Amino acid sequence: MEQRTLDQNEYVQRTLKNKQEFSLKKFFLQWEWLLILVFLLVIVINTSLSPYFLNAAGLRDATMVFLDKGFIVFPMVMIMILRDIDISVGSTVALSSVIMATLYNTLNVPMGAAIVICLLVGALCGLINGLLIVKFKELSAVIVTLATMILYRGIAYVILEDQASGNFPEWFSFFGWGSVAGIPFILIAFTILAIVFTLLLHKTTFGRQVYAMGNNDTASRFSGVRVDRIKVIVFTLAGLMAAITAIFLASRMGSTRPNVAMMYELDVIAMVALGGISTAGGKGRMIGAIIAVFIIGYLQYGLGLINIPSQTMLIIIGLLLLVSVAVPKMKWNWKFKKSGSKRKLE
Amino acid sequence: MSDYVLELKGITKEFPGVRALDNVDFKLKPGQIHALMGENGAGKSTFIKVITGVHAPNEGEMFLNGERVEFSNPNDAQEKGIAAIYQHVTSYPDLSVTENIFMGHERIQKFTGRILWKEMHEEAKKILRSLGSSIDPKSEMGALSVAQQQIVEIAKAISTKAKIIIMDEPTAALTSRESEELYKITENLRDQGASIIFISHRFEDMYRLASQVTVLRDSKYIGSWGIEEISNEDLIIAMVGREINQVFPERKGEIGEKLLEVEGLGKAGYFADVSFTLHKGEILGLTGLVGAGRTEVCQSLFGIMPYDKGSIVLNGEKVKIQSPKEAIRLGIGYLPEDRQKQGLVLQWSIGRNISLSALSAIGNKGWLRDKKEFAIAKELAEKVHVKANSIFDLVSSLSGGNQQKVAVAKLLTAELDIIILDEPTKGVDVGAKSAIYEIINELASQGYGIIMISSEMPEVIGMSDRIAVMRAGRIVKILNRAIATQEAILEASMTDSTEKNAG
Repeated sequence: MEQRTLDQNEYVQRTLKNKQEFSLKKFFLQWEWLLILVFLLVIVINTSLSPYFLNAAGLRDATMVFLDKGFIVFPMVMIMILRDIDISVGSTVALSSVIMATLYNTLNVPMGAAIVICLLVGALCGLINGLLIVKFKELSAVIVTLATMILYRGIAYVILEDQASGNFPEWFSFFGWGSVAGIPFILIAFTILAIVFTLLLHKTTFGRQVYAMGNNDTASRFSGVRVDRIKVIVFTLAGLMAAITAIFLASRMGSTRPNVAMMYELDVIAMVALGGISTAGGKGRMIGAIIAVFIIGYLQYGLGLINIPSQTMLIIIGLLLLVSVAVPKMKWNWKFKKSGSKRKLE
Repeated sequence: MSDYVLELKGITKEFPGVRALDNVDFKLKPGQIHALMGENGAGKSTFIKVITGVHAPNEGEMFLNGERVEFSNPNDAQEKGIAAIYQHVTSYPDLSVTENIFMGHERIQKFTGRILWKEMHEEAKKILRSLGSSIDPKSEMGALSVAQQQIVEIAKAISTKAKIIIMDEPTAALTSRESEELYKITENLRDQGASIIFISHRFEDMYRLASQVTVLRDSKYIGSWGIEEISNEDLIIAMVGREINQVFPERKGEIGEKLLEVEGLGKAGYFADVSFTLHKGEILGLTGLVGAGRTEVCQSLFGIMPYDKGSIVLNGEKVKIQSPKEAIRLGIGYLPEDRQKQGLVLQWSIGRNISLSALSAIGNKGWLRDKKEFAIAKELAEKVHVKANSIFDLVSSLSGGNQQKVAVAKLLTAELDIIILDEPTKGVDVGAKSAIYEIINELASQGYGIIMISSEMPEVIGMSDRIAVMRAGRIVKILNRAIATQEAILEASMTDSTEKNAG
């Protein structure tokens, strides 16, 4: 019997390409190119406004100042890819640095051990955030970390009251002020961690699972991704990086107090958002956020050089952020309108 | 006066890069139930959206009762008496039934703007009664079953005094009995003077209801026939552009040793006392009404919803399954019912989706290996015949059937013994359905044990070796293929099973 069935159509053996074609257009349509452009623009404008901007020593010092919060940007990228947010990182910086200083000054714990405990405290803060978010699914990360933001800061105040604690050993200042072969140590540390986190996010199965969860949490769970575990790890990393920030900050300032690193979380989130990490989750790359750290850092430095008051600086950075996150959306809208107007012409 | 309540001529709609509708004509007579058919991606949904004013066409004209109309938004269409009930119910689950029915046209006291709750509740109750439903208008929408929500959506259409009601695959999520109720309601609406456009993949829907059928294919108008004028075969040819073997593919391979033994499995509030066995190369159909606990049992086996009673013996060893990761490691794979939400990452490429559940195998000490990943993705995508250009094509760009194939390919990355398929052909068009049946049979003949959940009777009977029928959280009957008939299954799934449980 003649049977014309699927075999000829649906079942034609097809081959699928498994080599990605290189598209020049796609390559240049990446958000990061725009960021590099903005970065260059910041440099050019700053240079033309102030003759002191392109001064090696000045740039060096400026870099040392803004890089400390840059460490938190790495895990925050992952958190925002997961569609979450962590606003407790500033408080974690305060708490871990206050504990470190208190251990050394009041309890005579050796500085090395105090540093290790500082890192552990930071990680613990992050771990608590992660566990709470995972266990109480109905609570959003904003609420959980808002609560711990207040809590961690509160503990820091209880430990040290409203005073500073310093007198660190001589060698401790190396973190904030030291350099190796003329390169600031903090820049070296930042670069190494930037590479580590970039590889972690883009080249490991862990990073792939983070993206999967950001795009579709349920499907990831159904695919055998251990979603809770990954989320807890990412939040713990955020706490750990906040502790590293705490060490560099305390070292640079020579002391710490419970009100350090206020509003750090907002700076960090601004850097991540500017870096092209969508708050809708699942999109964006580490390199974008890293460029954004330098854009905001040098912008602040340059504006400071030409004596723009810090209040005005806030306005400029706020506007930059708004424009940068609105631009991709505007492009879409414009396309939409164009097809709409075409219809009216007919 | 025109002969038609609704007439569309030469409708063309373009999206950037795609021509979604190409010169489509359509005529709807008053008091007619008109079936609109076509494969997934044929343009039905876009066409509906043109009628309801969601999309404005690039070309073409639309006439309502002989009068030319142009809608610039859905409100225009609603005011002219056109209402649509969409495939995926677009309700507000946290609001009451009344609020859902009157959303957008609430009864408001003049001047004060106060919402007249009492009046709305009563009106809602009246409409629901007229539909033969006893849903309490004050109950929360989200607490209702899909079928009940469907009825609320219909009530909403009635409350807007719609003269033309469009139903986009209303039966897709319903069981046979619930569909039957929907048929009656639909006929009632027609008898009260409404004209209805009915979209469905199920032929039974069309034969049961429609008097006219219009077919779209590849964004084009293919033709319109009276229901007696066209044979089933011709209709399928019109839809898919070729002949299709509706018969279920023949099975090769033999049923082997015992793979899985489930004994007295239970989860408080969901199912109880579930026992069955599964053999190598066997297809076990799991059917029953929606809400009978089929999905829950399978999700327990897959570790998503941990069971609290009973035992699972896998390959002779007693196992405890508590997470999907563990289930996959033990050799159990699960194809979820809702592939877009649970099965796939739509924004991702085919390749990434396929590799997602096998990352630990593809990776080397946690590092991704592109070459290996791409090779595996290519091999499996080809194995299940995914229609695409490359493994880098986004899954969201594929048709429902092809998406389902990607989901199946994803299962094959792991070394599985058992594959659980939850409504594998739901929302999949005729052509792709047959392809999926072929794949399932192929898998069975390779020795996988397969559990297939399905609400479609012909599918369950045509594909399964044995059929387990669930009702109210229990397996009430296990039938052999030889003696399984639609009647026997329906009877088992619907009749009160107290005496059967005893026996």
